Amino acid sequence: MQQTKQQTAAALWELFTTFFRIGLFTFGGGYAMLPLVEKEVIDKKGWTDKEEILSIYALAQSVPGVIAVNTSLILGNRLAGVKGAVAAGAGVILPSLIVIVAIAAFFSQIQDNFYILQAFSGIRAAVVGLVAAAAVRIARPALKDRPAVLIALSAFLLSAFTDLHAVVIIGAGAAAGLAVYYLGAKRRAEN
Amino acid sequence: MSIVVKLFWSFFKIGLFTIGGGYAMIPLMQREIESYGWLTVDEFIDILAIAEMTPGALAVNTATFAGFRTAGLLGAVVATASLALPSLLIIVPLSNFWEANREHPVIIAILKGIKPAVAGLIAAAALYIGQTALRYDPLLANQGGVVDLRSIVIAAAAFVAVGKLKVDPIKTILAAGLVGLMVFSL
Repeated sequence: MQQTKQQTAAALWELFTTFFRIGLFTFGGGYAMLPLVEKEVIDKKGWTDKEEILSIYALAQSVPGVIAVNTSLILGNRLAGVKGAVAAGAGVILPSLIVIVAIAAFFSQIQDNFYILQAFSGIRAAVVGLVAAAAVRIARPALKDRPAVLIALSAFLLSAFTDLHAVVIIGAGAAAGLAVYYLGAKRRAEN
Repeated sequence: MSIVVKLFWSFFKIGLFTIGGGYAMIPLMQREIESYGWLTVDEFIDILAIAEMTPGALAVNTATFAGFRTAGLLGAVVATASLALPSLLIIVPLSNFWEANREHPVIIAILKGIKPAVAGLIAAAALYIGQTALRYDPLLANQGGVVDLRSIVIAAAAFVAVGKLKVDPIKTILAAGLVGLMVFSL
């Protein structure tokens, strides 16, 4: 019993520190977090895989709340239940709390600090490359057949060129999946 | 009602009623904050600029900052925690239901449609982030600035480093900060 308690505590601590690192180096939230999740959660820990992370992101975007927080809550909950969700969520939020409070308390003039602004400009540019790299690696396994490619392309175009909310696009993807892979497969089986 | 209780209720509502995070949350946040007179419009815009520049999700950073300005450290903790609380209450049961039924053929079919849709959304997000981040504009004040060659080189280098050479993303981000400091300061 003592042993399991220690194991649980160690698992929660690992969740917390992993998501703390992710929160600390995520500039921009949401999808900007993806390259770090890929490295820390998929490559290093093997807590999920490249395909599963897509459905986790779908859920994270389709319920109320901040996407980065929702993603950490889902992963934490899968690995260690409610306690895991709390550990992962606290981990991803805490860097914000520390950095923002420090800025608010000590450097209210950060906008006037030339050098910090230049460093952040470099980081924001790099994030574009990181998200693009993650998009290539993570999107590829999802494009299994022709309907999947068509769904991905439609989602990209709808998101890039219309004001449709991501939830609507995900819902349309779900409906298309149901039509093609369930009803379509059923009809083919009946014929 | 004490100010901490008001903060809790405000940010709980914001967390509960917005789907999609980030910019979807900002209008509601602004309305709540202004209705109580906690911050002026100018202060809120300053906070938004800093929240966007610093690590962490935009909505979380804005909540922390607004909470701190309103009621100190306790305010920061309460605003941030209450923003995340609705997510916790909704996600845990939903995600458990999802896990329990993941072998059901209907769920499998739905997921097969959702995954490529999200892949498309990620590609669109990279494009969207690129539109603002590749314009050199340290204060993020002038969204119409011209696309900057130095930013494009940094983005391309980061893409190759992480995508092809398997460099750790954290190290890449730190290096980009250093490079930005040097090339943009010249």
